[in-house]
Amino acid sequence: MELDPLVLSRIQFAFVVCFHAIFPVFTIGLASTIAGFETLYFKTENPIWQRLSKFWIQVFAVVFGIGVVSGIVMSFQFGTNWSNFSYATANFLGPVLSYEVITAFFLEAAFLGVLLFGRDKVPQGVHLFAAIMVATGTFISSFWILSANSLLQTPDGLELINGMYHVKSWADALFTASFGYRFTHMALASFLTAALVVAGVSAWFILQKRELEANKKALSVALWFLLFLAPLQTVVGDFHGLNTMKYQPTKVAAMEGNWETSTGVPLLLFAIPDKEEQKNHFEIKIPKLASYVLTHDWDGEVPGLKAVPVEEQPPVFIVFWSFRVMVGLGLLMVVFGFWGLIFRRGGKIYTSPAFLQGLRMMSISPFLAVLAGWVVTEAGRAPWLIYGQMTHAEGLTPSLTGGMALFSLIGYITVYALVFSAGIYYLLKVFKGGLEKANAPHEMDEIERPARPFSAGHVAIDGDL
Amino acid sequence: MEQTFDLTLIWAGIIGFGIMMYVLMDGFDLGQGILYPFAPDEKARDKMMNSVAPVWDGNETWLVLGGAGLLAAFPLVYSIFLPALYIGVFLLLAGLIFRGVAFEFRFKAKTSKYLWSWSFSVGSFVASFAQGAVVGAYIQGFETEGFAYSGGPLDWLTPFTVLTGFGLVIGYALLGSTWLIMKTDGEVQQWAYKITPKLLMGLMAVFAAVCVYTPFVDSSVMTRWFDGISLIWALPALALFCAVIVLRAVKKQQDGMPFVATMGIFLFSYLGLLASKWPYIVPPKFTIYDAASAYNSQLFLLLGFLFVIPIVLAYTSWTYWVFRGKVGDAGYH
Repeated sequence: MELDPLVLSRIQFAFVVCFHAIFPVFTIGLASTIAGFETLYFKTENPIWQRLSKFWIQVFAVVFGIGVVSGIVMSFQFGTNWSNFSYATANFLGPVLSYEVITAFFLEAAFLGVLLFGRDKVPQGVHLFAAIMVATGTFISSFWILSANSLLQTPDGLELINGMYHVKSWADALFTASFGYRFTHMALASFLTAALVVAGVSAWFILQKRELEANKKALSVALWFLLFLAPLQTVVGDFHGLNTMKYQPTKVAAMEGNWETSTGVPLLLFAIPDKEEQKNHFEIKIPKLASYVLTHDWDGEVPGLKAVPVEEQPPVFIVFWSFRVMVGLGLLMVVFGFWGLIFRRGGKIYTSPAFLQGLRMMSISPFLAVLAGWVVTEAGRAPWLIYGQMTHAEGLTPSLTGGMALFSLIGYITVYALVFSAGIYYLLKVFKGGLEKANAPHEMDEIERPARPFSAGHVAIDGDL
Repeated sequence: MEQTFDLTLIWAGIIGFGIMMYVLMDGFDLGQGILYPFAPDEKARDKMMNSVAPVWDGNETWLVLGGAGLLAAFPLVYSIFLPALYIGVFLLLAGLIFRGVAFEFRFKAKTSKYLWSWSFSVGSFVASFAQGAVVGAYIQGFETEGFAYSGGPLDWLTPFTVLTGFGLVIGYALLGSTWLIMKTDGEVQQWAYKITPKLLMGLMAVFAAVCVYTPFVDSSVMTRWFDGISLIWALPALALFCAVIVLRAVKKQQDGMPFVATMGIFLFSYLGLLASKWPYIVPPKFTIYDAASAYNSQLFLLLGFLFVIPIVLAYTSWTYWVFRGKVGDAGYH
């Protein structure tokens, strides 16, 4: 079999970006959670909020540390595997990605150290301010990244001169048609991730009867967030979908598994889309619902895949099913939100083992949903790297051979497997240590060290707990 | 748009400054990893790592800043160097990741310490070698077609780049050993005094070999250096002068001078290299102006850099100030 550098590069990019994406989506939400805990502590002076904050700051530090490492690989991949694309878009992507780096550095230099290590060294108000600035900074960082991604989805404000895009209007290029929807969708996803992880971990601690008072408070707050954010996310997701239908109709066609542009299109609950035969197998459908969801009219017209030649169709099966995984998990989150509301009566949210165990399981759901969502939007853009303008094949590094791509793919998988299993293993130890360890005198007899995020973890990586 | 300033030149200055900062600063902490297997004992290793622990990641800041700046200001460099050095870039990143993780986990390890020591050492060596090979590849130049690299995956790996790779490994080890002279005392310092002259001799040997070799690799360098005696000869002379100072300072058992003079060797060699190649940034075809991005893109990012570089510099100096003086058995006091 011939090794195809294009396929291998796409697999490598998907692997690295999927690995990377789960960390920032968590840190963005968690930074705001911590700022929230710190604000509550500042206002009420109830030490419980401080205990919670101390624990979640440790988690934040470790996750942030891992995310930074995988982010560095991301920034070099554009050049190694997609050099034609990098060169063509450098006038825009270069400054935008650089601004993300600048934001992160500024944040780390100025505020992260104070948040992680400065609690006893600065006034409480300054510490709170640092927490709020870190939370703000994570949003500014994601602004640059999502702006860059949105430009690839709905390009605007650029002009192609001699094979290189020039920025005609920075405002148009930074705020393209899909940016607002994408940013809101991701921000909510980050909050939901934090809410579900805090809820799941607190539920787990409550099941173990550990630090009940603090963990019950955390669970209660997390469930309120879940109750309001999960339904809100479905609404925002719907608007995002409408925006996609306007600018990237083929992507929506793939999400719906709809081959012919037609009216009164059914919503498919199940199907096996087959790109070769250009049709679905084993459809289970609800009549006219897709038309209603997408056009808010039972007989509205929904775009079909066949409107474009086969080679311009995205991988339908992947997009179709990723979309269903994302929506399914999202609806499950809504269910848990309302389940929590009902169980508040009589305090059953703290006592029902079924509910608490369920929440524990749910703590992984936001990560799966986020990954599925990114697969929908990225695979759904295929074969376009810049929608309607440059394909993946055109963006690829011309000198790249299949062998080289295979080498680096295996290499990255190996490095990530080793390094991240150590990181995640350590994260689990921090979880096991719980609020007790985070608030106890430090186990590790640390020498004086600088403000490295990871150093905020005070648990040994090996040895018994 | 009115092009009032030569932004490309300003950006060349910023990137050049960033690379120099990176080489000097990450050099001495990469050096610790390279020297790790040769350290007298485990206690010395603890001390070596402690001596750079507070500053190493700030040092790597310059690499990321430089890399991002390169894509924005000189995209052609980014889109030719990275494909041409594909495998080298992978090794560089893998090396940096492993040693970075080792920093964090070696401090948290009780029984698995030796594993992280190896990870630190191998990672540092591989990353340093890869960086040296990049320098060699830059001197060699790149085969291009249009605005893209058109050579093979291992074109960069030649006897010459292996030489520059080992050269930088030895150079970083020297920065590392003179750093130890400055930051430690007792047994570790004595060991560092002992190995410094050997490393210096090794570096000078590679230096000489590279100087002899370079004109064969790139003839334009030859003309630049030998078409009439010019001021650029002062640069290697100054580098040699610094080497002599290192030797004398080690003999006199001075604390700070060996490190300062070693930085001098690096600075003047680096300037000598730039003088040989200027204004080519992707040899043999492209100058900084060919490789530059659009004026408004350079301007847009310059505003951010002008804001952040002073902050990074201030933060860096502050960290070095806080952790000044000798490192004790249990870190800085």
